[in-house]
Amino acid sequence: MAEESKAPTAPSESAAPVSEGRGSHRPGPRGPRPGGGPGGGPGGPREGGRKYFRRKKVCKFCVEKIESINYKDVRLLAQFVAESGKIVPRRLTGVCTPHQRRLSSAIKQARNIALLPFAGRAN
Amino acid sequence: MNRTYELMFIVRPDMADEDLDKLISTLETAVSTTGGTVKSVEKMGKRRLAYSVRRFHDGVYVLLTVEGSGGLIHELERRLRVTEPVIKFLTVRIDEEQKRLDKIKKIRDARKKAVPAPAATPEGGETAGVTA
Repeated sequence: MAEESKAPTAPSESAAPVSEGRGSHRPGPRGPRPGGGPGGGPGGPREGGRKYFRRKKVCKFCVEKIESINYKDVRLLAQFVAESGKIVPRRLTGVCTPHQRRLSSAIKQARNIALLPFAGRAN
Repeated sequence: MNRTYELMFIVRPDMADEDLDKLISTLETAVSTTGGTVKSVEKMGKRRLAYSVRRFHDGVYVLLTVEGSGGLIHELERRLRVTEPVIKFLTVRIDEEQKRLDKIKKIRDARKKAVPAPAATPEGGETAGVTA
């Protein structure tokens, strides 16, 4: 009896969403949600979701308490200059706004005195 | 109005040492006659340039820290511009930045002093209690 009662219920459940999806107006959230889950809500690691963690970026200057961002300190500045010579944006490096401001002006000064390249690698 | 500036300039790599010293001393006299003071002179030596300047790939960097007014800087820059072996220069005002750094340092030092003082006394009391 128990087996019989289970058997009919299972197909009816699986069949029901299909028929709704085709027949009635869009079943709305029901249909897409299971499929959309792995695609990733911004929430975080759901089961079956993308498995990666975005590590919180921190400002190097705040963490290491580097206060002076000087144009002469080429080694420091070079960490924030891309291979092409561009200043790496904040969203990639995680530097906070006040420090990025100082950093960018220091890089520009260093470029001016030929310590850093305007474009391309320093040869 | 006295301000502190940093003058960095690059001279061509094939310049003789004596000539460079002569150039620096003339700049120093120019500073003192215009009513400023030279705080420090640093020859940073030969360095590879990040890009070619007047078809040079190397240059001798010199850093000059001076104190004076804007007129002095004007005069110095004019001199550097007409001096043929100088291929590039940059002037940066540093007193305000220095002031900011001093302020931060002062705050940090004050904090350092403030933190260990209360922390040390209970520790000392505890250890004294243990030993007793």
